[in-house]
Amino acid sequence: MTPLLSIRDLRVGFGRNPQANEVVRGVSFDLADGETLAIVGESGSGKSVTALSINRLIDFGGGRITGGSMQLKRANGTIFDLMSATEPQLTGIRGAEIGMIFQEPMTSLNPVLTIGSQIEESFRLHRGLTGRQATAAARDALDRVRIPDAARRLKYTPNQLSGGMLQRVMIAIALACNPRLLIADEPTTALDVTVQAQIMALLAELKRESAMSMIFITHDIGLVAGIADKVMVMQNGQAVEQGELNQILDNPRHPYTQHLLHAVPHFANGRATRADGQRDKDAGAEPALKVDGLVVRFPLKSNFFSRATGAVHAVDGVDFDLMPGETLAIVGESGSGKSTTAKAVLGLVRSTRGSFSVSTRTASAERSAKPVQMVFQNPYASLNPRLTIESILAEPVIATGGRVDTETRARMASLLERVGLPKNSLQRYPHEFSGGQRQRLCIARALMLNPSVVVLDEAVSALDVSVQAKVLELLVDLQREFGLAYLFISHDMAVVERIAHRIAVIYAGQIVEIGDATSVLSKPKHSYTKKLIAAVPTIDRRREHFEIDTRQVPSLVRPQGFEPAPAKWELLGADHIVRVET
Amino acid sequence: MNYLMRRLAAFPLVLLGVSILVFVAIRMVPGDSITAMLGTEAGLLTPAQRDSLAAYFGIDQPWFVQYWRWIGGILHGNFGISVTYGRPVLDVILERFPLTLELALLSMIIALAVGMPAGIYAATHNEKPSDLGVRIVAMIGQSTPSFVLGLLIIYTLSAGFGVLPAMGEFAPLRQDPLRNLSQLVLPAITLGFAFAASVTRISRSAMLDVLSDDYVRTARSKGAPARSVIWRHALPNALIPVVTLSGIEFGYLLGGAVIVEHIYALPGLGRMVLDAILQRDYALVQGSVLFIAFNFMIVNLLVDLAYVALDPRIRLGEQ
Repeated sequence: MTPLLSIRDLRVGFGRNPQANEVVRGVSFDLADGETLAIVGESGSGKSVTALSINRLIDFGGGRITGGSMQLKRANGTIFDLMSATEPQLTGIRGAEIGMIFQEPMTSLNPVLTIGSQIEESFRLHRGLTGRQATAAARDALDRVRIPDAARRLKYTPNQLSGGMLQRVMIAIALACNPRLLIADEPTTALDVTVQAQIMALLAELKRESAMSMIFITHDIGLVAGIADKVMVMQNGQAVEQGELNQILDNPRHPYTQHLLHAVPHFANGRATRADGQRDKDAGAEPALKVDGLVVRFPLKSNFFSRATGAVHAVDGVDFDLMPGETLAIVGESGSGKSTTAKAVLGLVRSTRGSFSVSTRTASAERSAKPVQMVFQNPYASLNPRLTIESILAEPVIATGGRVDTETRARMASLLERVGLPKNSLQRYPHEFSGGQRQRLCIARALMLNPSVVVLDEAVSALDVSVQAKVLELLVDLQREFGLAYLFISHDMAVVERIAHRIAVIYAGQIVEIGDATSVLSKPKHSYTKKLIAAVPTIDRRREHFEIDTRQVPSLVRPQGFEPAPAKWELLGADHIVRVET
Repeated sequence: MNYLMRRLAAFPLVLLGVSILVFVAIRMVPGDSITAMLGTEAGLLTPAQRDSLAAYFGIDQPWFVQYWRWIGGILHGNFGISVTYGRPVLDVILERFPLTLELALLSMIIALAVGMPAGIYAATHNEKPSDLGVRIVAMIGQSTPSFVLGLLIIYTLSAGFGVLPAMGEFAPLRQDPLRNLSQLVLPAITLGFAFAASVTRISRSAMLDVLSDDYVRTARSKGAPARSVIWRHALPNALIPVVTLSGIEFGYLLGGAVIVEHIYALPGLGRMVLDAILQRDYALVQGSVLFIAFNFMIVNLLVDLAYVALDPRIRLGEQ
């Protein structure tokens, strides 16, 4: 039987001389009707370029297909040559026979048009529907992706919907005309883990309903297990291995596939937590950081002169302490208050109430001027591109009134060596370094003032999976060496499992469960913690289907003067407490 | 609506500030109505003659008294009497304003009608020879002073071919629309050319930005043809900078275009204000500056309202 899609020796290049700058170098695969192929690889591996070549959107992205063949079996059984097709022919294929969804739902919808008109457009273009018929079709499409209250939501513009909702709208658009092939390019990468689970569940369900084929592109090999029939692993523009799902996951042949499967953090339900530095309660040591009843509220005003009518309770009564040499991970979804907690600890936002005490004693017995330092999420944006590495590392010293003397320079050199960067880095500029190297620079900068606490806000989230593992290793080594206390903020449970001694789960501005990492991950008690852990994709749970859960995170907006009821805690072990749910 | 009320409520405050500035500024300039009228012969006046002339012009009182009388008059709709024209200031301004408004509107229509398509065309043909051509013409348009272009147009058309009367008594629009338009076409082209060049450049760069946005890729993935991608998806998102630029340029044009009015001998606001300054016609300068400031504020308000209409993400009056 002819496959739905047959790609042979696809080559795609960029720039003025595409033959010399090939990003995809000879990729071949077949996709049968109703089959799902997962393309896995790191950034720059050519997986997205391959996908965009299939519907020839790459033509608009500066790419040029330099060789190979691509054939699509159309609905009427004829073979359509995607390589030689003209632009008008291709507009008839796109949306009608090949649908596509993208990574960033927040930016993938037109901000000035209502979502209703954007969905209707597909029906207008390919079905010739107009007026009421198109509106009705759009409403049905929204119903199909399980968006509640579809008729009203049609009039919304994208800024009025959350990321998860927008991705559903994108799916509704892509599937509007029942395409026979759906290309999903990292559709859940920008979403929270529980929302990711919902979108994956929705895709699996829609696929079952419609018998369409799917190409699912991801960097997360854990996500593949739940959805794919076949897997293709890409590296440097080539397909290094492809085969059936089970064969790839259980018997990977290519070293790179093995590396992806083994060197990369996978979530293991608390079985892969750290064995070192267990909390020693009776030592009576002074905590490096103690946070007591932290509250951060942002008043809501209707205009500049009027009084506050309510407040956003971003952080609502958070307590924890952090011992030297210990990592406390704060996990939660976006908007849960985890980053606000970190910013409050650093004094970057003003706390409404609550107290901190930071120990200024560091492991090396020197007093540090600024005992709390921070490493940010995006290493590409957090280094000033106009400063040399030397100036960047000197900045914290200058900011605290210090002088850049031989001692400082010696410290720079030793820290650079310690984080694994070449000696000649000092005179270079940030753009000369890769993402992982830049994050190492950010870590070195944070350590310049010899802090006792380092706040790591999603510090490895922007890095490729294999780079992530190495940066995590470095962090663990530095922690042992300098006795650093880490406040590690992350949404990624697999990463948290590798680095945390203790975990605090934060939901709607409050800690709902906190304790020893192994205990929290293996025996979660709070319903939200359970939901969070169940949503983590793992290679162990193959073809497991998630329930679709359309519940939204509760609003954090409260009336003026509102105080939450005092928390009641249940003790679940030596170091594991959970907030009693009401 | 609420927002509109608050914006309008701020108008008097701004106008008060402008009135103080212009009142002080015009009096900082050496000389006064008397020296402007009599020139060096003002020195021959006896103190008594000088005093009576000063009383006649109303400049015998201290500044704050003069200011107070002026503002008090404005509150009753009296902007004072122009010394040069011997008529109420408001009448003089309103007589000149229709021409200036018409010229500004015509220039903006030309600028948008030429500049936007040119900018969109250049953006969709990025880095091709046609794009380069558009960019070169736009660069020339922006860097050619209006007197050079104005004289060039007059010379080639009027003198060379004898088409379109560029000179002669000005005919207001309501009296003789055809003659009026034929008189204003060339000045409008002169002003509109540089304006169109700015519009071209800004719409080209805005379109280029927007065309690489994710939602344009989404539109293409739906199978939207090029025409729909450009007009329906990209253009509305690229309009904001074009509206901003057009608003600012239009606001300036409402203050009159001195050079172009001069070249084409048009009785517009620009020449009137310049003459009033040279004549130390305090009441007329003050009145027209207030009037121009008021127009600018109206244009700014319209621009802000246009933002709301164009982009649902922009909500006015919210913190």
